[in-house]
Amino acid sequence: MTTNILEMRGITKTFPGVKALQDVTLNVARGEVHAICGENGAGKSTLMKVLSGVYPHGTYTGDIVFEDEVVEFKDIRDSEAKGIVIIHQELALSPYLSIAENIFLNNEQRGAFGLIDWNKTNSEAVKLLARVGLRENPTTKIMDIGVGKQQLVEIAKALSKRVKLLILDEPTAALNDEDSDHLLNLMLHLKGQGITSIIISHKLNEIKKVSDAVTIIRDGKAIETIAKADVTEDRIIKDMVGRDLEHRYPDHTPNIGEEILRVEDWTAHHPQDPNRVMVDAVNLNVRRGEIVGIAGLMGAGRTEFAMSLFGRTYGSRISGKVFKAGKEIKTRTVTEAIDNGIAYATEDRKTYGLNLIEDIKRNISMASLGKLVKGGLVDDNEEFKVANEYRTSMNIKAPTVLAKTGKLSGGNQQKVVLSKWIYSNPDVLILDEPTRGIDVGAKYEIYAIINALAAQGKGVIVISSELPELIGICDRIYTLSEGRITGEFPIVDATPETLIKHMTMEKAR
Amino acid sequence: MSDLETKPASNSAAGAQVNPSSSKIGTWLSHVVTDLGKNGIFIALIVVVVLFSFLTDGILLRPQNISNLIVQNGYILVLAVGMVMVIIAGHIDLSVGSVAAFVGAVSGVFAVTWGLPWWLSIILSLLVGALVGVWQGFWIAFVGIPAFIVTLAGMLIFRGLALAVLGNANIGSFPAEYRALGNGFLTDLFGEFELDPLTLGVAAIAIIALVVQQFRTRNGRAAYGQEVEPLVWFVGKLVLITVVIGMFAYALASYKGIPVTLIVLAVLVLVYGIIMNRSVFGRHIYAIGGNLHAAELSGVKTRNVTFWLFVNMGVLAALAGLIFTARLNLAGPKAGDGFELEAISAAFIGGAAVQGGVGTIGGAIIGGLIIGVLNNGMSIMGIGIEWQQAVKGLVLLLAVAFDVYNKRRSGGR
Repeated sequence: MTTNILEMRGITKTFPGVKALQDVTLNVARGEVHAICGENGAGKSTLMKVLSGVYPHGTYTGDIVFEDEVVEFKDIRDSEAKGIVIIHQELALSPYLSIAENIFLNNEQRGAFGLIDWNKTNSEAVKLLARVGLRENPTTKIMDIGVGKQQLVEIAKALSKRVKLLILDEPTAALNDEDSDHLLNLMLHLKGQGITSIIISHKLNEIKKVSDAVTIIRDGKAIETIAKADVTEDRIIKDMVGRDLEHRYPDHTPNIGEEILRVEDWTAHHPQDPNRVMVDAVNLNVRRGEIVGIAGLMGAGRTEFAMSLFGRTYGSRISGKVFKAGKEIKTRTVTEAIDNGIAYATEDRKTYGLNLIEDIKRNISMASLGKLVKGGLVDDNEEFKVANEYRTSMNIKAPTVLAKTGKLSGGNQQKVVLSKWIYSNPDVLILDEPTRGIDVGAKYEIYAIINALAAQGKGVIVISSELPELIGICDRIYTLSEGRITGEFPIVDATPETLIKHMTMEKAR
Repeated sequence: MSDLETKPASNSAAGAQVNPSSSKIGTWLSHVVTDLGKNGIFIALIVVVVLFSFLTDGILLRPQNISNLIVQNGYILVLAVGMVMVIIAGHIDLSVGSVAAFVGAVSGVFAVTWGLPWWLSIILSLLVGALVGVWQGFWIAFVGIPAFIVTLAGMLIFRGLALAVLGNANIGSFPAEYRALGNGFLTDLFGEFELDPLTLGVAAIAIIALVVQQFRTRNGRAAYGQEVEPLVWFVGKLVLITVVIGMFAYALASYKGIPVTLIVLAVLVLVYGIIMNRSVFGRHIYAIGGNLHAAELSGVKTRNVTFWLFVNMGVLAALAGLIFTARLNLAGPKAGDGFELEAISAAFIGGAAVQGGVGTIGGAIIGGLIIGVLNNGMSIMGIGIEWQQAVKGLVLLLAVAFDVYNKRRSGGR
């Protein structure tokens, strides 16, 4: 018996015209946490789909050896029967069913006459929930618990299937730091119980924390597997992008001018519960050419602040004053905010930022169609020209501007969103998580764009939960906790420790 | 993708000289194929027409029948124009049949009972339609009730109101000018001829305008460095369209000339085609249907757009009601029965997406024509109404299934 639970040997998978995987070999030792790392589109997900039987045997070449046995999975059921369970980034839970019902979905606990035994279902669920450290009533509906807890339910579901190899596809992408920590600790805990895991992740710090080995995939090829002792962030990044990233953040020489935006006593309440304060008397300002960060944990009110400011697209009972270059302005509707030179690029591109079934051209022009109107009609050709200019200047990787934005990678989608707002010619840009779900190479490009905007004398507000990123690109950082500004730090004073301390500062009660 | 694989093969087989021309043919072919894919609905119409002209021994394409096809389906096509816009925005309107009946009844009161001038009756009726749209648009856009519910309620409300206005009786007969809306013809303005010269003249002008406009668009695109289709294919398509228009005009000219309904339709298609493609309002409709949140956060006044969309639908439903009433010369309680389903079918057969964001005016018109040819062809063949219904249902299902299949093939890896 070898020490490897899984060996994927020489896996090659082609799609019409594209070689998605090329002779990939992956060895996962029994009982380890193995990280797979790579840029978006590198082939990580394809490899996992081959492993889990989504792409059945015969559609790829190469061998999969699981527990010393060559396996040929026809579908996901086959792989699950062997104990390989994959948890996708988009959770596969039914929101209106209870935790217990979800855990045993398609694996129902039956009693007499083949009917569902609810006592057994719920008591078994309690045991599984205890194993993943989730204290919730098994009859609670999925929609009533947070994403972090939902992820734990997914893992409990995997445990119910007697999982031997657990695959987690970007499990912490939607989680806040606290939930992420819990999840990573759980992975280590399960490792102690002999469960092997594969984790796909962009986040280098969490890879360093949990994994025993890291395999880096680039352009459909496995570049190398690094043992825990040799893992450094620089080495992973170098493997991922195929070149040295001397600096993860482009050089930025601030050229700060007079104040462009000031917000005073900005307060917003929860839209459904008007007594709940979500943004609490926020005061902040931005100057021309300045990049200002807002650091806060999930639920601190970062997005709530930005969206309530931007045309009151969030919240109820909103109050406070906004001044632009010293003059008070109103931002009661999105149109008013845009007309006053404010732009807001949302944290959730796919849901709030882009029309995915429409092309690049029409997405870029969306917020400023008025500029393209000639004689009452939109000038198609001018629109094409403008979009093409942005495609070149922002380095949007697409064959033409007629490509649908739904087919672009996360980084290129984000460049389209930024193009849209830059074309609206704002004085202040609020960028909410501008690099979420974007691979390392594209992140650098986004940072460079942010710098260029500041260099043009615009004020930029960057909201992010990645502290290194904020520290890397900002000139000044505010910390936000429970809807309140708890600190303001010039970049020289902003260390991760002080920021975290202020980000977790609770209200005096 | 396929030309990537075939290129090396032809290279080695026939030498480097052949390569440029073969790849040229490749791009040429790929243009033809994408165009065929895009215009699949147009080809479907041609297939249906050819099929039924065989099945009906050519009766389908007789001048009188072609003229009838337009007049009989005019009101459905008018509704289809408004409906496809509503569907693109991600909504639906189930009330248009009832609204058409209601407005038809009201116009009867105006034109017959009260004896108002025909033009005033028509204007007032369209205003009533707009008010109906204001009512429904208010609930949908500003209160936030799903269009399905609001217009389902509207379907009952306006059917009820139509019956109330009619008071269990039919209203007729209408003034001749009013009736012309449904069955009038523009003809014999230049005296009597075997072939109506006005019809042929209008057709000639339409063809010239189309060709000029197409060439200008093409040149404009080329000037901005956009890819344009190969000249041969471009000209070929224009010739094909010219021939179709010419044959159509010839048929109309050898019967009674241009139906008034066709003029109304042509104006609607032209105006709404431009609105949907080139106006900010049209762009906003597509944006709302494609992603409501993104549109809102881009400064689109989504509620206003939705509101005016339903006002517009109300006016078009009223127009359809007028055309139908004029054609029957009678405002009756059963008017507009099932119109909403035919209009919705037309939009979906014409390529509109159930989720919204996708669809064209032209597609909806062709979808409506397919339904019209099916209705007409099967009637000529003497097929009973029961089988006509079933066949139409099946065509709708297959059309959408084909669309879904096509998207999956092009969308998935």
